[in-house]
Amino acid sequence: MKLHFEVPGDDFTRAGEASGELKRKLKRLGFDPDVVRRAAIAMYEGEINMVIHAGGGVVDVEILPDKITIILTDYGPGIEDVDKAMQEGFSTAPDNIRMLGFGAGMGLPNIKKYTDTLNIKTEVGKGTVLTMTVLTNKQA
Amino acid sequence: MTIADVRDILNAFVITGQELLDKEVHNACGSDMMSDVLAFVKDQSVLLTGLVNAQVVRTAEMMDMVCIVFVRGKEPGEDIKKLAQERGIVLMKTPLRMFPACGLLYNAGLRG
Ligand SMILES: Nc1ncnc2c1ncn2[C@@H]1O[C@H](COP(=O)(O)OP(=O)(O)OP(=O)(O)O)[C@@H](O)[C@H]1O
Ligand SMILES: [Mg+2]
Repeated sequence: MKLHFEVPGDDFTRAGEASGELKRKLKRLGFDPDVVRRAAIAMYEGEINMVIHAGGGVVDVEILPDKITIILTDYGPGIEDVDKAMQEGFSTAPDNIRMLGFGAGMGLPNIKKYTDTLNIKTEVGKGTVLTMTVLTNKQA
Repeated sequence: MTIADVRDILNAFVITGQELLDKEVHNACGSDMMSDVLAFVKDQSVLLTGLVNAQVVRTAEMMDMVCIVFVRGKEPGEDIKKLAQERGIVLMKTPLRMFPACGLLYNAGLRG
């Protein structure tokens, strides 16, 4: 099954709608609660990053019995130093984002922690593509 | 303890989810930074926060948390209440600040 979401970049309130939808879908499909939660949190962190750092984007999800693949694509500023961005506590978020409860520098480390694979393709000035998978512990 | 016990211990006012107060809760987490909350999945069921926006409810939703406590008497807007209702999450507010609110719940047996 394939899902596609548009993530608007100008509406912080709506950030996370797509992740919530994915979560309810995975639940209905009967996936293990831990798998559902890991996939939902990882996509949510990615979705929030798209909104606060990159002006929105699109998310494509493929759900297979054994594996959930989530691809987040944006055309924002890109990430200058991915190794640095992956460190806990590293954030370029300004104070107004911190007032909204984000900018702890924990999002990408969280994604890494909750997924089975994470690939970041990014180019400064062009955008970022995050590809992540969560294995479902089920036979295909 | 139940969500009703949390309400009583914190002298809190239930904003939405009156019908869900019987639910059992064992763990809680207090933070104003949502990615810090998302960093530790340990079946927490209560989120205490001084932050008031829709992302608090979404964070609770992603974490399968059932109750949000707004500290320092903060009052959420209608959109937040509606979202919480749709997701089956209890909202309450306490006049207490974060530190005493967490301390009281810890003393009463909730863990982190
Ligand atoms: N999609 C993106 N486009 C551009 N830069 C990004 C993107 N995602 C992350 N970054 C950069 O990587 C840094 C680290 O991201 P990470 O998600 O770990 O932390 P954060 O978003 O700053 O804070 P938190 O996730 O804790 O709220 C960001 O501060 C930002 O500089
Ligand atoms: Mg982030």
